[in-house]
Amino acid sequence: MQVQRALISGNRLHLQHGPIDLVIGVDRAREAAFDAAEARLNTVLSELMCEISLLRQCDGPAPKGAIARKMWNAAQAHEGFVTPMAGVAGAVAETVLDAVLSVSDLRRAYVNNGGDIALYLRSDATFDVAMAGTDGAALGKITLDVHSKVRGIATSGQGGRSLSFGIADSVTVLAETASAADVAATLIASAVDLVDHPQIARVPAQTVCDDTDLGQRRVVVGVGDLSAQDIDRALQNGEQCARNMQRQGLIRSASLHLRGQSRQVDLNSEKVLEHA
Amino acid sequence: MSETARVKPEKIRCDACPVMCFIAEGKAGACDRYANHAGELVRLDPLTVIERGAPAVAFLDQGENAQDWDGDILQGKRTFVTAVGAGTTYPDYKPAPFIVSQEVDGADMVTVVTEGIYSYCGVKVKIDTDRFIGHERAVVRVKGEAIGHVMTSEYGSKMLSLGGVEHLTGSTKAEGRVTCDALMNLCNREAVTLQVDDGAEIVVQAGQAPIINDVREKLMRVGCGSAAIGMFAKQWEPHVDEVIVVDDHITGVLTEHEAGKQLDMRPSGIKIQGRRSTPGRYFQVAEPGTGWGGTDVEDPLTILKPADAKKAWVGLRLLMVSTTGEQWAYYELDEDLVPQPAEISEALRISADRIAENCEPSLCSVLFMGGAGGSLRAGVTENPVRLTRSVKDALTYVSCGGAEAYVWPGGGITVMVDVMEMPTNSFGYVPTPALVAPIEFTLRREDYSALGGHMEHIQEVASVLTPEVRKVKPVATQPDPHQAHRSKREGRG
Repeated sequence: MQVQRALISGNRLHLQHGPIDLVIGVDRAREAAFDAAEARLNTVLSELMCEISLLRQCDGPAPKGAIARKMWNAAQAHEGFVTPMAGVAGAVAETVLDAVLSVSDLRRAYVNNGGDIALYLRSDATFDVAMAGTDGAALGKITLDVHSKVRGIATSGQGGRSLSFGIADSVTVLAETASAADVAATLIASAVDLVDHPQIARVPAQTVCDDTDLGQRRVVVGVGDLSAQDIDRALQNGEQCARNMQRQGLIRSASLHLRGQSRQVDLNSEKVLEHA
Repeated sequence: MSETARVKPEKIRCDACPVMCFIAEGKAGACDRYANHAGELVRLDPLTVIERGAPAVAFLDQGENAQDWDGDILQGKRTFVTAVGAGTTYPDYKPAPFIVSQEVDGADMVTVVTEGIYSYCGVKVKIDTDRFIGHERAVVRVKGEAIGHVMTSEYGSKMLSLGGVEHLTGSTKAEGRVTCDALMNLCNREAVTLQVDDGAEIVVQAGQAPIINDVREKLMRVGCGSAAIGMFAKQWEPHVDEVIVVDDHITGVLTEHEAGKQLDMRPSGIKIQGRRSTPGRYFQVAEPGTGWGGTDVEDPLTILKPADAKKAWVGLRLLMVSTTGEQWAYYELDEDLVPQPAEISEALRISADRIAENCEPSLCSVLFMGGAGGSLRAGVTENPVRLTRSVKDALTYVSCGGAEAYVWPGGGITVMVDVMEMPTNSFGYVPTPALVAPIEFTLRREDYSALGGHMEHIQEVASVLTPEVRKVKPVATQPDPHQAHRSKREGRG
């Protein structure tokens, strides 16, 4: 099955190949940019699959492929258990964005890989990011401009497709690259958690998904009633993790959400326009 | 992990993309687009289904997604292809995740939401019983999770409203999952055990008698206590001096009741608990329960007050009976005007049996109710509101698994259908969680064209009738959708 291509509302490109869904927007020279994106995506999965076992290892040797290397670098920056797969979506977004930029002279472009976004801004271009909850409710809006160093945005949490060790509804991270944001969002969402809480159901990851990189580690499969204090404590744990990353320069800012409560880590420096 | 005796079906290798997922039975690959269904690699997104209402299925008329819109628009053939099929059997179907990226006020949405789906569907359950199952508005639970509530009682029946968007997606994941599971099982005519807060435990199964607190209900009451008095007064009058029909709603007392007076029966002086509504009709003679006539009464004498010594007499013959005739007891008053068990006469026993004979068997009925939302309609036509209008104009006949659906008045396409009229196992679920139910729209080809239908995707019946297709016999009570559609169309002004 080849890459599937479709235009969405006339000016954005939707590409799909296997588990990858990309939405790509550029401010001009669409045809050339979109062709380049499609051509690049064509081989992405094959490149990743030839080193897949390395990519599912924590602290394994460095892989050779360009995308795999982005993933590995993003994961290596963190301590504790994390495999390069935590950054796969962001790394793919970056890679396709690079291909788009190589053929066109653009002011503004983005590749959104299922919520993990790589973006490019030049001169006075800006990028508006709206965050939505799993129920579609607006959680806030951020405007990025060329002075911001943020070029990667990623969101992780229970609403997503991936398995998680944590209970966050969503964690959105702004970082310098999409792969860095992706890995960080995954880890912060995992840190939004309550150890041994009776309302949190967990099972070994392998029982949910055979090909997981998480092995027998226990992932969250259900969250029951949580008191306001529980929610606060879980978010506190996540915030601590996010602040650590921020101090190490791994992320710019983060926004954590759980059951209607939220915590912001340095989001103000990125001009939060509104909060729901 | 221990290996059980059960042989696990083999995994299959998906070759749809370079990821080459190894997919276990009943699971989907990494893309959520392909799945292993009984050893077959199947594509998940083109489904002919309602998803509890709203935008469910990736039914956008795009590329290869369009292929499965087929049987619903066939005209003049004897085979009616229902929507039961692809959509209902894949337990792990998940919509593609790219819906997340929609432009909203110029901003590209960042969200982990892979499904921007809202679910509007549930079941209405009618349980033929007078037993107390719980108060109106009491929460109904399965495995401790709230899945619905007790609603307004109907004549001789208790009613439950289960499911709906608030339970499916509006609360915890566990509640959503349990609700979805319960709805699917009920709709597939399986037994589900429900607990009502401060009420009973009920096993509900469509088409079967309810089991309330471990007791299988047999009969539906013939009427309230007062109605029973009215119906049987004439048959009782020659054989007995007083009859009390015990009922949680209205307990009837024969000689005080209008029916007894009309027969010139002598007031017995037997007095009962409760609040007198009108002569011979009493409310709240006991607490609601699962005993006599929906009360908590096990020994009927407990609802009697001492008899009025001025009116009652020694040897007075008293029959006490429940509204279904299943329980009865016969007494005669002793010297102290206290009722003592006595042997009932043959004629009187027959009259008690007659109450039971006049009761219908108690059943649970399960009606699926859901709304066909925007994208489902978009799967039918490029101009969805036209489909709604077409349904309202009766140009289009709506059925669910071939069973006629009642379409609610007002906006949208909100349908209600008896699951007993549908093929078995018509329902499936998606992990959203949401129920997947079949729905078919039957209309004329030219009408279909007129409302902007996807004419290029119409297939001949023969081309969809592969050997794997499950064939079911028509249900006798249901019209042939093709015929029904025609008569409906011709009948319209």
